Amino acid sequence: MGFLSGIGRATLVFLAATGRLALFTARGLSHCVRPPFYPRLLVQQMREIGYNSLPVVGLTALFTGMVLALQSYTGFARFNASSAIATVVVLSITRELGPVMAGLMVAGRVGAAMAAEIGTMRVTEQVDALTTLSTNPFKYLVAPRLLAGTLMLPCLVLVADIIGVFGGYVVSIYRLGFNPSAYLTSTAQYLQTIDVVSGLVKAAAFGFIIALMGCYNGYHSKGGAQGVGAATTHAVVSASIMILMINYLLTGLFFS
Amino acid sequence: MSTVSPHSATPKIELIGVKKAFGPKKVLDGVDLSVAKGESFVIIGGSGTGKSVMLKSILGLLRPDAGTIKVDGEETTHIGGRARDRVMTKFGMLFQGGALFDSLPVWQNVAFGLIQGQGMKRSQARDIAIEKLAAVGLGPDVANLSPAELSGGMQKRVGLARAIATTPEIIFFDEPTTGLDPIMADVINDLIVKCVRDLGATALTITHDMASARKISDRIGMLYQGKLIWQGPTSAIDDSGNAYVEQFIHGRAEGPIQMQVKLG
Repeated sequence: MGFLSGIGRATLVFLAATGRLALFTARGLSHCVRPPFYPRLLVQQMREIGYNSLPVVGLTALFTGMVLALQSYTGFARFNASSAIATVVVLSITRELGPVMAGLMVAGRVGAAMAAEIGTMRVTEQVDALTTLSTNPFKYLVAPRLLAGTLMLPCLVLVADIIGVFGGYVVSIYRLGFNPSAYLTSTAQYLQTIDVVSGLVKAAAFGFIIALMGCYNGYHSKGGAQGVGAATTHAVVSASIMILMINYLLTGLFFS
Repeated sequence: MSTVSPHSATPKIELIGVKKAFGPKKVLDGVDLSVAKGESFVIIGGSGTGKSVMLKSILGLLRPDAGTIKVDGEETTHIGGRARDRVMTKFGMLFQGGALFDSLPVWQNVAFGLIQGQGMKRSQARDIAIEKLAAVGLGPDVANLSPAELSGGMQKRVGLARAIATTPEIIFFDEPTTGLDPIMADVINDLIVKCVRDLGATALTITHDMASARKISDRIGMLYQGKLIWQGPTSAIDDSGNAYVEQFIHGRAEGPIQMQVKLG
């Protein structure tokens, strides 16, 4: 009986949490399309999420592309299939590794910062102060972050795709001795628009998830420093898991 | 502090049977309160007696479980959206910890309600912010500083400047002197009296600092176990005849109020 009631309690807690997140999402989205808008805050968030994440995402993409070329070569050389390396690199980067690696890196960098900032504002009554100053916290804090996340992740992933492919090119040409012209031809030959577009759509979804989880966990943080710390951890962990889950669903949608 | 008769017209703020509980804990248990226009009412009471919850319920930050809250005779208990926005323009609030936005410089904190709430131009709002900072004894050199660069007393003053910047009809003060030394606390009390009088505003303050309560109030009420157990003119508090009030204002450990303290 105790076991069953435990399952029941856990199910109720899960459903309640899902409901709260769904309501928060609906409220956040509704404020994205209803005035007043805060363009200055939107630009500020776009700079923070997009421009300031470029070094982290760029370096991650560069080394991912380089490792991918190296690992593919060691495997493919056994079957005399090393000519497929360029195709493997470009498809892996554009379809999967570009968006997923960028999403995970931005979740760690930006999602944590969002949760910590809004969480601190919550526990120091700054969120309440916004309300008393006739400013809706959802419009002022949540909507610009949701929009900026959704808009900037595809831009970051586009840059990451280029840098990742470049990383694979550098290793293939200068370390593995491939012919530059043949490598570039192979890269372009099998790349289709859907490969890039699917990655960008994934990136937009990931950007939205990162901003949503950062805002949600920060907005509901309680207590003091410990509460803000817990909110930050939850924001990164939940965003990372959701990125991997949604990546699977979107991959199935695009390519199955 | 004011010359307005407390019962002369429609109350500026009125609470009727307001109840609020968090789980099994009853925080407000049928609070009745009436604050007249231009009056300064102070609510005293120990920590955890529901003072902040009452304030947040009036502001709409918390929704009461039962009872009615009226502002200028208009029921505001369950309003939301634009109606709530309209009522919020009547309020100003000084938070206990200041609640200054640390991502903005001081002048933008003070001008926040003007720029974001009223859509005023930034240059004009900045001029008003400098004016309000001067009203609380801070020079224009403070305007571009970050809140983190200010002392606790200066942060309270900036918070007060922000609370009065939009010329509100009602100002709430949440523990305005907590964490300040006695001299700075008295400075803040004087500023509160001056600002409320200059604006002709209605003030509702929660505090457990009796020196502050005596100085800034026209009337005082005591909240205990979710109920307003006594209220009356400030001059009458020393002769309240209420054992709870007497214990509280004299700060005695012995009396009907039992603190839950575990020893050993």
